Order: sequence, then structure tokens, then C-alpha cells
Amino acid sequence: MKPATFDYHAPRQLKEAIELLAKLPNAKILAGGQSLVPMMNFRYVIVDHLIDLGGLDELRGITLGNGLLRIGAMTRQRDLEVSPEIAKHCPLMSEALRHVGHRQTRNRGTIGGSLAHADPAAELPAVCAAYDATVHAVSVRGIRQIPFREFAAGFMATALKSDEMIAAVDVPIWRLGHGHGFHEFARRQGDFAITGAAALLDVGVDNVVRRATLTLFGVTASPLRVEAAESRLVGQPLDAGAIRAAAAAAWLIEPISDIHAGGEYRRHLAQVLSSRALNDAARRAGVTA
Amino acid sequence: MSKQGTLITVNGKSYGRVVDARLTLADFLRHEINLTGTHLGCEHGVCGACTVLVDGRSVRSCLMFAVQANGCEVTTVEGLAPDGKLSVLQQAFIDNHGLQCGFCTPGMLITLTELLREKPQPSEQDVREAITGNLCRCTGYAGIVKAALDAAQRLRNGAGKAGAR
Ligand code: FES
Ligand code: FES
Repeated sequence: MKPATFDYHAPRQLKEAIELLAKLPNAKILAGGQSLVPMMNFRYVIVDHLIDLGGLDELRGITLGNGLLRIGAMTRQRDLEVSPEIAKHCPLMSEALRHVGHRQTRNRGTIGGSLAHADPAAELPAVCAAYDATVHAVSVRGIRQIPFREFAAGFMATALKSDEMIAAVDVPIWRLGHGHGFHEFARRQGDFAITGAAALLDVGVDNVVRRATLTLFGVTASPLRVEAAESRLVGQPLDAGAIRAAAAAAWLIEPISDIHAGGEYRRHLAQVLSSRALNDAARRAGVTA
Repeated sequence: MSKQGTLITVNGKSYGRVVDARLTLADFLRHEINLTGTHLGCEHGVCGACTVLVDGRSVRSCLMFAVQANGCEVTTVEGLAPDGKLSVLQQAFIDNHGLQCGFCTPGMLITLTELLREKPQPSEQDVREAITGNLCRCTGYAGIVKAALDAAQRLRNGAGKAGAR
């Protein structure tokens, strides 16, 4: 249970980090290390070079402007969890973070690391899918902005090229007063979810849904937006019937089967959790459906 | 560069060593500076026995390399009772049957020390949530939760400090 030997690099500047990444063979980025280091300890991952971003203060922090929250890739999950800005503008993320690992792993784990790792059952990628976030990828070739939809390329796979790393993620802000809901089912608190659902609802004074997103995770290779549910909601008055119809759209998905659960069971969970998430979102948007 | 210098302050004392980059902070504590109070149960981030405070925050020392802790301040279970005098939390563990074999105890104490510092008035739910990342195979957790709540009460009544800075 000890990792194989590697060379360690601790760049002080982003420029230095991307130059190392471009130049070194079989190199990997070390962010918070809460997924990578266990994999190295098991020797599932053996690297020749580890580039630690821990010293790059420029990659840490949350800024607000232009209708966006910009979150530096090395911002720790625990800092996001307790951030008043996140709680105010991106409440779905605050709630989702309580399900991410444990206090000790959130103290080290970062948002960039979680997105780059791209576990299908992870919470932060689901939140990014729900808000249509944009990932900033940097390399010696420059900066590339990747819509999250394209970024999440498949099972533990992203659109990052081998010389690229995440510098930040932009999360578009929804109108204050929008509702959110987040539910997941895991065998134990802090485990990866077997299935989870995240809902966002923006409801007008006339009770008509202006915007809606429903995102499932743990069911397919990457987070899944249930567009059929979203289109059943937008433009419609929000009531119990509308929520039921939207949640029922979760039956249409084709979930994966693995040792944790079969596809049929996941489909059942998807529908139940969607319904709970949508109901929470409706209540928080001020509607009792 | 697979060997690297690292300077870590542990329980107020600084230790400079040249180590393998792959040496975990846990092994640094146990083998380089002989502080064996930090336990290793799984070495892949599941059990929480190896929890220490790094710059005041609880982390799993099996998932951090000693070179990453360069320049950091680390507190281990030994640091909770500097002159052999138990912290309020440690005493509460004894009084409430918060341990049996003691293997999980260092990690539990460190995690709960952080919780009590952040939240002097935790609910039972807060305590249970804080220790979701710490496995105990003996106590069934009831004594641990009771000990944490009892320590919080004693601290609010003005008994000592939670133990760590
Ligand atoms: S030894 Fe570190 S979490 Fe188990
Ligand atoms: S007291 Fe034995 S594992 Fe907790």
C-alpha cells in the first residue's frame, strides 16, 4: 500500500506548472490528492512525475462578476462548503458538498481535482452540469474554455488534452430566489452515490417555470441532464402534477449496471430522487406543490 | 528529485528531513520522527485512523506526501496532551467509554478537536456527521458521540482548551 517511486515537482507559478506538464513524460497533476493518492497507493496509477499545484495561490479563490462565479481549480471543497458567496448564489453546490466524501477529504479535496477525476457518481461534476458551467483549461498553448457538456467526455474521461490542466470553472448565476434540490442514495454517508439527482427551478410570480434543470448522476458514464423533464416544466405552471410528470421522465434513462446496483434499481432511484429534488427546489422557490 | 527536503513543524517542534517523495505524511510521523500515536488502518483514505491536523485542518495523513507538508504545522494526537495532561476531550472519552481497543481513537480525537473548535455547541447530528470519515470497530460509536457532547459541555462551562491550538 505504498505508491511507486516518482519525481516530485512543486511549481510556484502557473506558467511553471504548465511548462512542466508539457515537457515531462508520464506526468500527472496533484491537486488535493483525495482520489489520486489512493489510486497511487494501490498502484492503479504509477507516474514518473507528480506536479503538485498546492503552492499556486493564483488558482485558489472565488470571485463574483459578469453574472458568474469564477472558482479557482485549487479551491478546497471545504472552503466552498462554508463560503457565503456559494451559499447565496450557488446553493445547490453548498448542499451537494455535504455529500462529498468526509470532512477530512473535503479539507484537502479541490473542485478542479474532482472535475478532472470525473467519477460518474461524483457530486461536483453533477453541479457543474446542472448550472451549465464552463471549464477553463490551460496549457502552454493558451486558455481554452470548454462547456461542461463537452468537458465530461465519458467514464472517468474529460476533454482535457494531455498537456492541459484546469485553472478555473465558471458557474453562471441564477436569479436570487431560485430553488434547488439535491438528493442522493449511498449505502453510507460520504460514499459515492449509487444514484443522485439535482434540480434547479426558477419560478415567476405567476407560478410559471422560467428555467429548470434536472441532472442525474451515478446512472451513466457522466452526469446526465434529463431534457425531457426540463421541457415538461419550462413554461408550465408549477404544481404537483407538473413535478410528477417531470420526475417520471427519469424513467426514460438507460442506467448502467454494476456491482453496486442493477440498472432497473437505478432507474427506480432516479425517479424517486428526481421527485424529491424537484419538490425541494419548488419549495425553496416559494411554491408549495 | 525522487528525494526531497521537507521541513515540517509537528506539535510545535520543527523537523527537517530529506525523504522519498513517495513517503506519506503518516509514515513520516511514524517512522521518521517516531510519533506512533497516528495509526494506519487502510492506507487508502477510508478508515480515518491516520487523521492529523495540518495547519489546523483535519486531513488523512495517508493521502498526503510528507513533501506536500513542507512548511506546514502538523498536530498529532501526541500534541493534544503536550505534558501528558489529557485534553478535556480526551478525558471525556475515558469518562464516557469512548474507546475500547483505541485503534481509531487518535483519528477520532483529532477530528472532534477540529469540530469543537469550529462549533462549540454541536448537536448530536453534527458530531455524527463529523465522524462519518472515522471508522470504529469496537464502540458502536455511542460512547464516542456521548464523549464529544460531554466535552463540548465541559468546555462551555470553562474547562481548559479543546487540546490543540
Ligand atoms: S489509514 Fe488513512 S484513512 Fe485509513
Ligand atoms: S475503539 Fe477499537 S476501533 Fe474504535
